Amino acid sequence: MNWGGVSAFLAMGGYAGFVWGSYGVTALCIAFEVTLLIARQRRLHREITNGQAGPRSFRD
Amino acid sequence: MTININWFKYSSPASFYPLAGRMTPWFFVAAALFAIGGIYVSFFMAPTDAQQGEAYRIIFIHVPAAWMSMFIYVVMALWAGVGLAFNTRLSSMVASALAPTGAMMTFVALWTGSLWGKPMWGTWWVWDARLTSELILLFLYFGFMSLQAAIDDPRRADKAGAVIALVGVINVPIIYFSVKWWNTLHQGASVSLTRSPSMATTMLAGMLLMALAFWMYSIGVMLMRLRCIILERERNSDWVKELKERQA
Repeated sequence: MNWGGVSAFLAMGGYAGFVWGSYGVTALCIAFEVTLLIARQRRLHREITNGQAGPRSFRD
Repeated sequence: MTININWFKYSSPASFYPLAGRMTPWFFVAAALFAIGGIYVSFFMAPTDAQQGEAYRIIFIHVPAAWMSMFIYVVMALWAGVGLAFNTRLSSMVASALAPTGAMMTFVALWTGSLWGKPMWGTWWVWDARLTSELILLFLYFGFMSLQAAIDDPRRADKAGAVIALVGVINVPIIYFSVKWWNTLHQGASVSLTRSPSMATTMLAGMLLMALAFWMYSIGVMLMRLRCIILERERNSDWVKELKERQA
């Protein structure tokens, strides 16, 4: 598939909002999920190193 | 010659924790490589669709996300069921680790479907069998997660979650066959095991590469969350304390 230019590629044949809206929100979901997990990991390691017992059944 | 591998060794959270940590980065690397290949094929090799123009390119996310949403649910119910039947802690933790990713995939399938439906069908949403059963899948994931979050004792939460996961699994074949059983606005399967796919080879290749990327991502993120769950539940145990002392 030869798009013949960046603007034609970005325009997606008039469906830019729909196509990029799909890919963009998917990328955001992935970024959100990974960021939350890294934060959760860091918080846990910090709490355990500081010797905080924390609630037994904590999850988010 | 017999090779003795103790497969049960990794069924305990303490020994699976470091193994999961070593495996996780490889799944993310594989996901990134498949995604790069998949996006290249999807946007630069697959031709414009004769009927749908460029809007059809949503398929490369929509179909893999929809596949994963159903597949993750079945795997989640399976591990939850194993945890319920054999009282194995790690199996139940795997089920809990899968649920948020499954919900995310379901949301992505619904979101991209909506953005595809608007230009092609003229509507963001219809209460047709395929769309409604996929929405029910999202609520099943939410139900599983909120039920587990509401119960303080983790083992009781595992058991209650397993019941909802196993009952809800009936919804998966309903989603899959909905386009056959009912007269729906949603099109039938483009890819099935019984006949050759009704799409161009490059389109199919792009979709399969993206499906592999989603698959690898789901495993990677599940392992990350599983490690968090293991630590949260076992933070007062000796092995976690020893792990921390070795790192300090």
